[in-house]
Amino acid sequence: MSSRIFGSGIRRREDPRLITGSALYTHDITLPGMAYAVMLRSSHAHARITRIDTDRAAAAPGVLAVYTGADIEGALQPVPCAWLLPDSGLKIAPYPCIARDVVHYTGDIVAVVVAEELPQAHDAVELIEADYEPLPAVTDPEQAAGADAPQLHAKDVNGDDIAGNQAFHWTVAGGDVDAAFAEAEADGVVIKERILQQRLIPNAMEPRGAVAQYNRATGELTLWNTTQNPHIVRFLCSVVTGIPEDKLRVIAPEVGGGFGSKIAVYPADFITVFCSKQLGRPVKWIETRSENYQATTHGRDHVQDVELAATKDGRITGLRCTVHAGMGAYLSTAAPGIPTILHGLMLSGCYTIPALKEDVYGVYTNGVPVEAYRGAGRPEATFMLERLIDVLAGELGMDPADVRRRNFIPKFDDGHEVITTLNYDSGDYPGALDKLLDHTGYQALRERQAAGPSNGKYLGLGLSSYVEICGLGPSQVAGAIGFQGGLWESAIVRFHPTGKVHVFIGASPHGQGEETTFAQIVASEIGVDAGDVKIFHGDTDATPMGWGTYGSRTTAVGGAALALAVRKIRDKAKVLAAHLLEASVEDMDYEDGKFFVKGSPDKSKTIQDIALMANVAWDLPEGMEAGLEASTFYDPPNFVFPYGAHLAVVEVDAATGQVDLTGYTALDDCGPQINPVIVEGQVHGGVVQGIGQALWEGAAYDDSGQLVTGSMLDYALPRADLLPPIDVISTVTRSPHHPLGVKGIGEAGTIASTAAVYNAVIDALKPLGVKRIDMPFTPERVWRAIQEAKGS
Amino acid sequence: MFAANFEYHRAGSVAEARQLLAAHPGAKLLAGGHSLIPLLKLRLAAPEAVIDIGRIGELRGISNGGGALRIGALTTHAEIASSDAVKSGAAALAEAAGLIGDPAVRNRGTIGGNVAHADPASDLPTVLIALDATFTVNSPDGERSVSAADFFQGMMATALGEHDILTAVNVPAGGGGSAYVKFSHPASRYAVVGAAASLTVAGGTCTSASVAVGGATAVPARCASVEAALAGQALSADVIAAAAAAAGGDLGDDLLGDVFASGDYRRAVTPVYVQRALAAAAERAG
Ligand SMILES: Cc1cc2nc3c(=O)[nH]c(=O)nc-3n(C[C@H](O)[C@H](O)[C@H](O)COP(=O)(O)OP(=O)(O)OC[C@H]3O[C@@H](n4cnc5c(N)ncnc54)[C@H](O)[C@@H]3O)c2cc1C
Repeated sequence: MSSRIFGSGIRRREDPRLITGSALYTHDITLPGMAYAVMLRSSHAHARITRIDTDRAAAAPGVLAVYTGADIEGALQPVPCAWLLPDSGLKIAPYPCIARDVVHYTGDIVAVVVAEELPQAHDAVELIEADYEPLPAVTDPEQAAGADAPQLHAKDVNGDDIAGNQAFHWTVAGGDVDAAFAEAEADGVVIKERILQQRLIPNAMEPRGAVAQYNRATGELTLWNTTQNPHIVRFLCSVVTGIPEDKLRVIAPEVGGGFGSKIAVYPADFITVFCSKQLGRPVKWIETRSENYQATTHGRDHVQDVELAATKDGRITGLRCTVHAGMGAYLSTAAPGIPTILHGLMLSGCYTIPALKEDVYGVYTNGVPVEAYRGAGRPEATFMLERLIDVLAGELGMDPADVRRRNFIPKFDDGHEVITTLNYDSGDYPGALDKLLDHTGYQALRERQAAGPSNGKYLGLGLSSYVEICGLGPSQVAGAIGFQGGLWESAIVRFHPTGKVHVFIGASPHGQGEETTFAQIVASEIGVDAGDVKIFHGDTDATPMGWGTYGSRTTAVGGAALALAVRKIRDKAKVLAAHLLEASVEDMDYEDGKFFVKGSPDKSKTIQDIALMANVAWDLPEGMEAGLEASTFYDPPNFVFPYGAHLAVVEVDAATGQVDLTGYTALDDCGPQINPVIVEGQVHGGVVQGIGQALWEGAAYDDSGQLVTGSMLDYALPRADLLPPIDVISTVTRSPHHPLGVKGIGEAGTIASTAAVYNAVIDALKPLGVKRIDMPFTPERVWRAIQEAKGS
Repeated sequence: MFAANFEYHRAGSVAEARQLLAAHPGAKLLAGGHSLIPLLKLRLAAPEAVIDIGRIGELRGISNGGGALRIGALTTHAEIASSDAVKSGAAALAEAAGLIGDPAVRNRGTIGGNVAHADPASDLPTVLIALDATFTVNSPDGERSVSAADFFQGMMATALGEHDILTAVNVPAGGGGSAYVKFSHPASRYAVVGAAASLTVAGGTCTSASVAVGGATAVPARCASVEAALAGQALSADVIAAAAAAAGGDLGDDLLGDVFASGDYRRAVTPVYVQRALAAAAERAG
């Protein structure tokens, strides 16, 4: 049974505690003597602080302390940026934990109140008098890069000038792009598009928070934190607070989703640590949902100007683009790498593109700092390509599926280098699209569409073929691209005398289900029952070093580390079994948790027997250490490259502009699936987040930089009743370099689906002459596009 | 967020609520809490006292008599949506109540709270205007009845005085057909545009039409020109479409707009929703 557990859709062991409310989150941590912190955040997007008077707040009932920027001077270093993008003129603006002179967005912290009770802290915050001299604000990245834009930061952390709000200028290029465009202008087609990848607000079910417990007697700090990467928090918390890493313990208890917004380290968390240290008491800070919108990182925010060169028969010859990527007020922890490395390097997509060039300008704006958001750079790249391909198809009068076929990289199973120098691992892009079209009856849908609108409703079909880069990644590459950390993962596997297993991993799952899939990996590698394997994660004192859960890397990298650790156990167990059975190691065979002498299966030892004998150590072969435990540090030789093809079907009501998504099919290839039910869940969630971007979601700021979509009343999240059933199918292509052949699946759905829905809506409105609409497709925008097309 | 401190009092009867109101000037009544509590938590309202009327049994329930439905102020949206009496006597009201928010909101929110709060994006005011409902109000100097036309006075402003308690909403249970069609905001679920229509038909022609549109204006607008275009007509699809086309003009000059939907757009799509409401009402009117 156990060896077949790889690939079985067993139920997630995480779910009972999550759905019965017995899971413990950061907010559930309550300690004796705990006090509560509430942040005062700037009400201006850009302003000079002229006065701040905390006297009344400090005198309010229950208040223990009020701190401002002056109080943390020297005690808290600025928040570091940990992705130092090389060759980009990177200018890191100072990012103080508490703003002292100038606030740069309407969430910047200007003071903190700590009180005995949470409501007292809320009451007291209202008594702080802060006066501001407002400065002009800018939230659009392209405008912020313009000559007349208000300037946010004069100097970077090194004292160098920051000009034109530019945080960096990064380029990627390959082939002779100018020649490709010259040729296409003369005898081919050139397409130009402007694409707005609007700012999105990640909505993890659990808002962010921290509980800090500083022990004055020992100088040790325990920090419970809503994070995707507790070891990185420990590392950077040590840098910011000066508490040495050995005295710092970071615990990510149950974490209710992150989608990238819990990668970054944040001012409020360090302030909570500071408060605990000052007061010698545990301090809890949990953001409200409004605060989450106002101050937890956002995603996307690109203005893209793109051009595609192609031959008249639909072969792509060149791609040229300029991207203004909004960074928000400060550079968040991993921000510079998102619109560059994770975006620009993927611009060849599933296609052979002989020449391309991209210029990415990272721009400071008076918005919430922008970070990774599910897909992180790759949805913006996929969207760009998939949109251009549909436009090209329209221009040439071809079916979008045919244009894709004409340009696909042919099937490969052990490496294919694209123009951006990435070496894709394996893929069959034409096969994926063909299977999708077959499965969905694409031709029949096209025929239905050709029959014209019914009842004023226009049918549209949208395709999106994608390949993405995940399983981040070789550490050497991490160093070369300026990522201030490694990207390997580790696992410790420990067998107890009764054959039960504890696994300690450095990765930090927060909803993805790896406690289940990792137990399945152990079970299938060594024949124990999955139920006998317990997975520990998220506590820097209890688990080995790891770099976190993001970039669809936990199974791809951490899972590999685990599989290799279990294989080490298997090797040792085999030697011990041979010894106990008085056979030579070469004569031993292994199957399904049993070690036996070749040809005589009754002469055997189970892994449980071996676990007992290794632990009691009564009779070990010469030189063998006691115990049955192994650890592995796995640094992947390359990234993994999952891929797939999605189809969205929509109906658009031309009278009102309402879009109805009536069908969605996702074909994804993430290699062999450890647990297909979990894969399906990841695809569902991912697809829905991408659909959300196309149809509903978008952060909006007014001219003064106030966030007008500041709550769930205005920011429209996807709702189950607005979605069709999502059909999930797959193909299976092994990664040639991965010990289990697996690739990532956490972000694939989001990477593909925005473009599929966008293409479907524009496809529906083609008969009306509509060519582009900015996302999200609010009914008004769709309706206006129809009116304008009618008018022209 | 946390509400600022307030005193909490629970009233067991209308009489007791009245005494509490007298003793605590500036107090707010609390019914289902789905509009008031968010305001308190965001500290947009900070009354010194809250008087909970949510458990006053005499204010809850639906009765049918004299050609009208009497709906107690504390009757929940869910109760209205599932009431046979409402479904058959005032279909538009049942329909609108069933389209409010989500199940949690419908199970807690009350008709009295909904109309007293008078949010311009609410559904029930639109329907109650189209159905010519009247409101029974208990005031310090006795009971009075207010027509829907007089009750809604502006954005979040009604004819209720500070010490008034709305006790019931009375809806004529006519012989015609009525319907409510709504364009929900995808986030809040409130109405971006909501159209209510009520028609009576005799011998194939429309004998009376009453149409109101909410969401687009501070107070739901009665669509006089649509009504006029229907009276005395046979209700064909063309007649309905032609009549509905005038609805945008009935909205006046001050339209509500936000980042999601501008006033101009609301005006432009209003005829579509009016037409759909009329078509459904005509079908029900037979
Ligand atoms: C998520 C969400 C979605 C919603 N979506 C919709 C929607 O789609 N459509 C819609 O129409 N509504 C919607 N609502 C509002 C909902 O219908 C509320 O229930 C309603 O507006 C208020 O009713 P309540 O009983 O909760 O009143 P409360 O919140 O208790 O009170 C509201 C106000 O009315 C006053 N009041 C209450 N009862 C009386 C009375 N008997 N006499 C005098 N004054 C009184 C209170 O003092 C207060 O000022 C939504 C609400 C939420 C939270």
